[in-house]
Amino acid sequence: MSLNIYKHEFHMRLRSVIIWSLSAAAIALVFFAIFPVFADQAALMNQLLEKFPPELRAAFGMEEIDLSTVLGFYSFILLFVQICLAIQAGNYGFGLVSVEEAELTADFLLTKPVSRTQILTSKLLAALTSLLVTNLVILASSFLAIELFRDGREYDPGLLLLMLASLVIFQLFFLCVGLVVSLLVRRVRSVTPYSLGLGFGAYVLSAFSGVFGDVKLEYITPFKHFDLAYIVQHEALNTPLVLLNVSITLVSLAVSYWLYTRRDIPSVS
Amino acid sequence: MSVIEVTNLTKFYGKSRGIVDVSFSEEEGEIFGFIGPNGAGKSTTIRLLLSLIHPTSGNAKVFGKDVVTHGPEIRRDIGYLPSEVFYYEGMKVIDLLKYSASFYDCDCAKRLHELSEYMELELNRRISDLSYGNKKKVGIVQGLLHSPKLLFLDEPTAGLDPLMQRKFFDLIRAENARGVTVFFSSHILGEVQRLCTRVGIIREGKIVEISDIRTLQQNNYKKVRITADGLNPASFDLPGVTNMQTENGTVYFFFKGDINAVLQKISGVQVSDVTIEEPTLEEIFMHYYE
Repeated sequence: MSLNIYKHEFHMRLRSVIIWSLSAAAIALVFFAIFPVFADQAALMNQLLEKFPPELRAAFGMEEIDLSTVLGFYSFILLFVQICLAIQAGNYGFGLVSVEEAELTADFLLTKPVSRTQILTSKLLAALTSLLVTNLVILASSFLAIELFRDGREYDPGLLLLMLASLVIFQLFFLCVGLVVSLLVRRVRSVTPYSLGLGFGAYVLSAFSGVFGDVKLEYITPFKHFDLAYIVQHEALNTPLVLLNVSITLVSLAVSYWLYTRRDIPSVS
Repeated sequence: MSVIEVTNLTKFYGKSRGIVDVSFSEEEGEIFGFIGPNGAGKSTTIRLLLSLIHPTSGNAKVFGKDVVTHGPEIRRDIGYLPSEVFYYEGMKVIDLLKYSASFYDCDCAKRLHELSEYMELELNRRISDLSYGNKKKVGIVQGLLHSPKLLFLDEPTAGLDPLMQRKFFDLIRAENARGVTVFFSSHILGEVQRLCTRVGIIREGKIVEISDIRTLQQNNYKKVRITADGLNPASFDLPGVTNMQTENGTVYFFFKGDINAVLQKISGVQVSDVTIEEPTLEEIFMHYYE
């Protein structure tokens, strides 16, 4: 790890981190602000939801959620935060080395006296720091939102922490998978289509896996590995699926190192 | 000691050719010219030596160390100036140069300012606001900042105005006088001729010729021009004569061999003008391309 690359990388991404963090915090605060009104009429709302087709409820992960509880409602909001975080982490993963190649600054960095392993490690740690900063902002805004709008209703802060902590591992999946895909394709011209595709793709798969019931799509999408409704209901992570998720992340990471140290850096023309 | 030692180096990009079976070496303190047309494999060779790309077969050593296994160590003493420079657009020139310097254990601040002043580079402008030529200057300062022992210049003068080119060449000569080895790739023969002591000519991925620039010019060919009344060009059709052209009673040709043979022929004619000179590198070069 080289400190100068780490600092440089973190600095280059700072603006993006601020925008993503504030957006995610805004989602938490704004949506949770309707909780007091909502909770008062929760009985009515739950009745209404029961009339919805189960497939539709499943698609929004509402099947097992009691929207009248603090964390039940918050887990529903956090799903949207999750989608944002997936795209953010995907952006950083796909762009980690491909942006330098697309903007042709890779020649500058790779002719410096540092090994590819050092470069990749520094870049990954910088991206990880960026993600952690985002998660800390979300953590703060989550507790703030809940304290402001819970209206005296009880909740388990430990369980909230578990949900928020799961977001970090969730993001690592998109970071590492994004990275390995960017190294497998010849050249990534623009990062956004890839990260949007991966983020929304994973979400849609998770939504559909609810609709089709039996199809075992939960094995491949992190939205199922870290199903917030499941965490709230069982007050624990779905350990086998989390282990599966972490394994995919680690394999992507190992393959990324293998590919990057052997990669031919494309030249200007 | 050989600073660069390349043995049977081959690189294919999938099926398309990069370079094939390239071997040469460069001694310490030399300025080695590497010439060839676009697409001949000049940049491929440099990128292999910098381990930006990996060889298909063969090997290359810089400072006696293998480029694949000892890349970071080797690059500590290497400066690289690419033909087209690209830097982080949002950064200021000074920040980029400081970032570049941070990779080397040297206190480069003094040299940074000396070089920037010499190249007339404005340090407080943003990279994105710089013209092509100014970016190139950033590249030059960046490449020389850490006092490298070996310099790779890949068509370095593109985008520099003639005045800056001259300053740049003076700078390279001064570095060379301090003992810096220079590997200079170019397709402009004039500049190679001005600067280099030895040249390698590459064509379609293969080395065609490696020789001392003097040998290339002196021992091989003479450029002969004879003007005379009633000249019979056929009488100069000696063994060793090539590229004969006749124009308004003047005959031009290249001659390789014992020059006395030509002199004897000339003495038999009443000439009005004769020149026998060394051909420019450009003219020699064309021979390899025919």
